[in-house]
Amino acid sequence: MSNCPTSTSRRKFLNAASVLGAGIVVAPGITLHGISPARAGSTAVSSKIRWGLLVDASKCTPDCSACVTACKTEHNLQGHDRAATDPQWIRKVDLRDRKSGRTSSLPVMCQHCDEPPCVDVCPTGASFKRADGIVLVDKHICIGCRYCMMACPYKARSFVHEVTINQKSYSPRGKGTVESCTFCVHRIDVGRQPACVEACHKDGNGAMTFGDLKDPESDISKKLVAHGGSRIRGDLGLDPGVRYQGV
Amino acid sequence: MMRLVFVFTLLMLAAGPAQAGEMVPFPTIPKAIGNADVHAGVDIRRNHMKQLLHQRDETMYKGLSTDNERLQGCLTCHAVRGEDGHAVSYQDPKHFCRVCHDYVAVRVDCFECHASTPDTDLAAGGQQ
Repeated sequence: MSNCPTSTSRRKFLNAASVLGAGIVVAPGITLHGISPARAGSTAVSSKIRWGLLVDASKCTPDCSACVTACKTEHNLQGHDRAATDPQWIRKVDLRDRKSGRTSSLPVMCQHCDEPPCVDVCPTGASFKRADGIVLVDKHICIGCRYCMMACPYKARSFVHEVTINQKSYSPRGKGTVESCTFCVHRIDVGRQPACVEACHKDGNGAMTFGDLKDPESDISKKLVAHGGSRIRGDLGLDPGVRYQGV
Repeated sequence: MMRLVFVFTLLMLAAGPAQAGEMVPFPTIPKAIGNADVHAGVDIRRNHMKQLLHQRDETMYKGLSTDNERLQGCLTCHAVRGEDGHAVSYQDPKHFCRVCHDYVAVRVDCFECHASTPDTDLAAGGQQ
C-alpha cells in the first residue's frame, strides 16, 4: 500500500461512486434509496433484513391504479372477466369515514405478516415465511385446499382456477394452487424495487416506499420514525410488513 | 400334433417382426449449445431430477440460484427451435424434456406452472 500513493484517493473515489450508485433514479427528480445491495442468488437470504412497504394514503388517489396494472403486467395475471375468481394480488380500496366524510384510497396486498396466519393453518407447509420476512407459497407442495385464503384477514390470496399460459419465467403460476403478492421477490433478490412501487413512482403519485425495516438508515425506517405508520387490523397482533400513513 | 406346433411356431415368427416394428423408436436427443462445463461432476442423465428437486428448495426457501442453476439455465442451452426459428414450448413433442420423457412414458408437470421456453435466445446471439 505504501508504495502506492494513489490508493487512498482511489478508494475514496470508489466509495463516493458506490454511494452515488446506491440510489436508483426512477424518474427525473425522483431517486429511490434504501435497497440493500443485490445478493444475486449467491448468498442465502438472512433474517438481518426484514422487507417492508410503507403506503402514504394521503398521496394515493382513487383514480390511480398504476400499482395494480404494474402487478398484473409483471406477473402476467390473466383474468377471464370473472371478478369472483380472477387472480388478484393487489387491489385498490377506497375508504370513507362515516362521521367526517373524509375519503382515502389505498392499495392492499399481502401484508407479509411477521406472524402469518396463512402459514399457521397450511396443512402441507406450502405457505411459509422466508428469513427476510417475505411470505410465499411453495406451489410445489401446495394442494390447493385454500385454508390459507380463509385464514388471511386481508383477503390477500387468490386461487388459480384456470389453466395458465405464457407464465413469466420468474413468476411460475399454475392451476390448482394458491398465490399472492411475493413482494416481487425476483426483483428484490437482484436489488430492484417491487413492480408496484416502481410504477407508483413512475406513473402514480409516489405513495409507496419499499425497504428494510430493520435498517435504521433505510428510507422506510426514517419515514416511520418521523411520521409513524399504522398496521391494518393491528389488533390481531400479526405485525404486518406493510404499513400505512394517512389512513 | 406336430402340425399344430409347426403352425404355432410359424405364427410366432410372423408376429415377432411385427411387434418389433411397433416399438417406440429410441429418442434422438437434441444437441445443446453453450458451455457443457456447467454439468461438471453431476451425472445429469441419471440425477437431473435430484438436482432439480434440491435446487428448487434452495431457491424457494433460501433465495439461492445462480444463472446456471435456474430452470432457465437448462432451457437457455437446450432449447429446440421450431420451424419458425423460435424455441418450442413443452406443448411440442420436440421440446428437449419431452423427447426422453415421452419415450419412458413419464409425464412431468413442471411446465404447468413454469415457462418452458428460454428468456434469452442464445442461438440468435443473445447473452446468457
